[in-house]
Amino acid sequence: MAIAKKKHLIKEIKNFTLNFGPQHPAAHGVLRLVLELEGEVVKKADPHIGLLHRGTEKLIEVKTFLQALPYFDRLDYVSMMAQEHCYSLAVENLLNLKIPKRAQFIRVLFSEITRILNHLLAVGCHAMDVGAMTPFLWLFEEREKLMEFYERVSGARMHSSYIRPGGLSLDLPLGLLDDIFIFCSQFLLRLNELEEMLTSSRIWKERLVDVGIVSSKKAIDWGFSGVMLRGSGIVWDLRKHQPYEIYSEIDFSVPVGNFGDCYDRYLVRVEEMKQSLNIINYCLKNIPTGSIRSDNMKSVAPLRSDMKLMMEAIIHHFKFYTEGYTVPHGETYTSVEAPKGEFGIYLLSSDNNKPYRCKIKAPGFGHLQFFGEMACGHMIADVVTIIGTQDIVFGEIDR
Amino acid sequence: MILFNLLFNKLFLVLPILLTTQFQKEIILTVLPEDVLFCFTILKKHINYKFQLLSSISGVDLLNKTYRFCIAYDIISLLYNIRLRVKIFINEITNIVSLTSIFINSSWWEREIWDLYGIFFENHNDLRRILTDYGFEGHPMRKDFPLCGFTEVRYNESKKRIVSENVQLTQEFRVFSFNISW
Repeated sequence: MAIAKKKHLIKEIKNFTLNFGPQHPAAHGVLRLVLELEGEVVKKADPHIGLLHRGTEKLIEVKTFLQALPYFDRLDYVSMMAQEHCYSLAVENLLNLKIPKRAQFIRVLFSEITRILNHLLAVGCHAMDVGAMTPFLWLFEEREKLMEFYERVSGARMHSSYIRPGGLSLDLPLGLLDDIFIFCSQFLLRLNELEEMLTSSRIWKERLVDVGIVSSKKAIDWGFSGVMLRGSGIVWDLRKHQPYEIYSEIDFSVPVGNFGDCYDRYLVRVEEMKQSLNIINYCLKNIPTGSIRSDNMKSVAPLRSDMKLMMEAIIHHFKFYTEGYTVPHGETYTSVEAPKGEFGIYLLSSDNNKPYRCKIKAPGFGHLQFFGEMACGHMIADVVTIIGTQDIVFGEIDR
Repeated sequence: MILFNLLFNKLFLVLPILLTTQFQKEIILTVLPEDVLFCFTILKKHINYKFQLLSSISGVDLLNKTYRFCIAYDIISLLYNIRLRVKIFINEITNIVSLTSIFINSSWWEREIWDLYGIFFENHNDLRRILTDYGFEGHPMRKDFPLCGFTEVRYNESKKRIVSENVQLTQEFRVFSFNISW
């Protein structure tokens, strides 16, 4: 009797299941995590995604090639032009279109501005999630300046639709390059301020060092790309290894981490911003004059100036924006080194003015997949650190 | 590329490849669905290929074809710096084997294809829906699935919860298709 009573007294301990998100500010959007906790330690994490699914791929299938472009701004809404760039490259690949040098320079220039734009948000928000408010405010000031460049070049602060298949929508406005130069000359100082605040800060290091370690083998096995791969010590940068546009002629280095923890990835991001500055400076110095669109008039909109003079240009303009252009049969997987990793597009065309299938390979999708294993064994507070280091944006993951 | 061409010639001796195509720099292999596991094991493990990184898996619906679905695997060899695409074609009733035993990250990509196309992957240990809503029915990326879907959700004030109802369009969905190419 007494034994039975004692057994009754022993409490059964069950793991605690916690729903993290989808409305949690540190979930970077609409991530729903089902966490299984033992005390404060995460035993299992199951990310539920798709709460921001908008059916982009389905919508693209009923749009013409040009109308599909703005969707790419809205995928990863902090690195807009990198994705437009990828889509444009894919369509050009299918059309076998060569674009002029000046357009390539401007594309690279803005891709790198986008990279800085993205990393500023990634580092800033990561710092804020972990508890440092100041860098966030400083970096967002810089972001605002960069978005002003976006606005001057395309009219929109974020969703620019600037890089288009066949070139660019407009040439650079007067004086923009001078202002980008002024920005670059002061931006290194801002980065140094950021590093003074964070890099050697004891709190920052305590939160990041040895958290979310990804070994180089794991990084490859889980199909990582971008900073997540480089942070684990693998030198792999599509700009270097499979160069597109003018990256092959630019001298820049690829930073890699040693240990693959969150701190290393933070350092890689900061260094990448510095390298991007080098690339921007190169572009500013060497940008040639000339046309910004391909001279293949079948797949490029006519010039405004021509439309004032030529009937054919007006007809062409009308046909171009209503019917679009036909892309011959073919399939391509084109990828660029987007700030978050390899952003790829698998584009199928069927001799029609609409893409038959446009599969979007978002880097974040692959990274988030590993989240469960990455967070396992860490404290619940580190979950936020790991979400931050993966640089998750739901626009691209849910598509 | 030259190095790969050398290796590539031998690939035919090793793998049961149906068809190879090349589009610009991209190499595409077509294999039979039952050879998938074997092919990927060789491509991943063999010292000459080392395609260790699976970057994505995409599904394609080729409506009105004998083999309705195409699945394309994009793999990268970091060692030789080559990309390769392996394609398989299946019809509506065949299942294909999950790649999770070889590429662990194929899990979510396969879940996505299951969700959007309804292609069943054998030996997949977690084949839940991923992108669509909880309780969603149908496979939206199929070509015969309408763009506006079948149901829409709204908040029902009297029931105090979100309800799912059949789509009611005040205006018929219009497709502006211009098939004249110029």
